[in-house]
Amino acid sequence: MGEMEELRKEADNLKDQITEARKVVQDTTLQEAVAGTTLVGRVQLKTRKTLRGHLAKIYAMHWGTDTKLCVSASQDGKLIVWDTLTTNKVNAIPLKSSWVMTCAYAPSGNMVACGGLDNMCSIYNLKGKDGNVKVMRELAAHTGYLSCCRFLSDSEIITSSGDCTCILWDIETGTEKTIFAGHLGDCMSLAVSPDFKMFISGACDFTAKLWDIREATCRQTFSGHESDINAIGFFPNGNAVITGSDDATCKLYDLRADQELITYQDSGIMCGVTSLAPSLSGRLLLAGYDDFNVNIWDMLKAERVGVLAGHDNRVSCIGVSSDGMACCTGSWDSFLKIWN
Amino acid sequence: MARDMSDIDILKMELEQLKKEVSTPREPVSKTSKETMDWCEAASGTDLLITGVPDDKNPYKPEKGGCIIT
Repeated sequence: MGEMEELRKEADNLKDQITEARKVVQDTTLQEAVAGTTLVGRVQLKTRKTLRGHLAKIYAMHWGTDTKLCVSASQDGKLIVWDTLTTNKVNAIPLKSSWVMTCAYAPSGNMVACGGLDNMCSIYNLKGKDGNVKVMRELAAHTGYLSCCRFLSDSEIITSSGDCTCILWDIETGTEKTIFAGHLGDCMSLAVSPDFKMFISGACDFTAKLWDIREATCRQTFSGHESDINAIGFFPNGNAVITGSDDATCKLYDLRADQELITYQDSGIMCGVTSLAPSLSGRLLLAGYDDFNVNIWDMLKAERVGVLAGHDNRVSCIGVSSDGMACCTGSWDSFLKIWN
Repeated sequence: MARDMSDIDILKMELEQLKKEVSTPREPVSKTSKETMDWCEAASGTDLLITGVPDDKNPYKPEKGGCIIT
C-alpha cells in the first residue's frame, strides 16, 4: 500500500497549495465589503395561488422560460404542466415510473423531462401533432437514480445521478455525448450557467463542482459544507454559485476568486436545506428547509429578511419565474404555492 | 463512476483534478465582491420580489370588485 500513501500525501500537498493560493487573494471578506450597505427591508410575500391536483408528495418543479407555465413532478406518478395564472392544468402526464425525483421544462417550451429511481431521463414532447403528450426519448445509461436534469436546448439535456456522475445527452439520438465524472458521492443537484457554457453540480461528497460543458472538464471544486449538498444554483450574473446542504446552511462561492464568500446560517435553524432559488437581482436567496418553511435571506448581508410559511410538510422545491415576478414552492404536502 | 472504481483509481482521478485546480487563476476577493455587490444593487431596483408588485400590475392578484368564475 506504499503507492496509496504516496498518492495521498501528494493530494494533501496539492490541497494545501490550493488553500494557500485562495488565502493569498482573500484581501477582504464579503462582510467587510458590504459593511456600508443597508439591509434589505423585511420581505413579506403572500400566497397568491395554490395549485391543487397532485395526490402525493411533490419532489420537483421548474418554471418555463418567459412564461407563467411551470411543470411539477409528484410520486403520484404524474407530471403536471400548470398555467399558474389560472391554476389550470395544461397537461397531466402519466409516468411509467412513479418514483420521480426531478423534472425540467425546456427553454423553448416544447418539451419537459423527468426521472428518478428508474435511473432514466424521459423526454416528453408537449407539442405533438395530434395533441397527445408522448414519451419522445428515454435516456438510459446512468447506473443510479436520476436526481436532477436541465435542458440546454431541444437537442441537449444534462442529468445528474446517484451514480456520482453527470451526463450531457444528445436527445435526438438518445446517446451520451459527455460523461462528467469526479464527484465521490451521489450527485444531488445541478444548475446551468446563464450563458449555457458551464454547469455546476452539488453532491453527497459535500462538494460543488463547476464543469465546462464543451471542454468536458471540471474547472473548479468548492468545499466547506459539512454534509450533503442537496440544492445548487447560479447567482444571476453567472459569477457565483449558491449551495444548500443537509448541514443547515447555504453558501455563496465566488467563481473568479475561487472561494467561499459567505455562509447563510442561523443558530435557530437546525434542519437541512432542500431547495433554493435566487431572486432576479440575486439580492434575495429563497431557501426551502426540512422544517416546512422557506427562509428569505439578504444575500449580501447574510441575514434573514423573511419567511414563507404555508406548507404542512417539507418544502421540496422552489423556483423564481424568469421575469422575477413570482416564486413557486412545491411540498410533500402535495401542493404548489405561488407567492409574490 | 466512483462506485465502480478501485480506491487507487479514485485517488489517481482526484490527484489529476487537483493538479489542474492548483493553477486556477484567482482574482482578489475585494474586486470580485465589489463587482457582485454593484451588480446586485443595480439590479435590485427592478427586482419585483423586493420592490413588490403593485396590485393593479400583479397578474396573480384578483381584480378588484369581483372574481372570474369559469
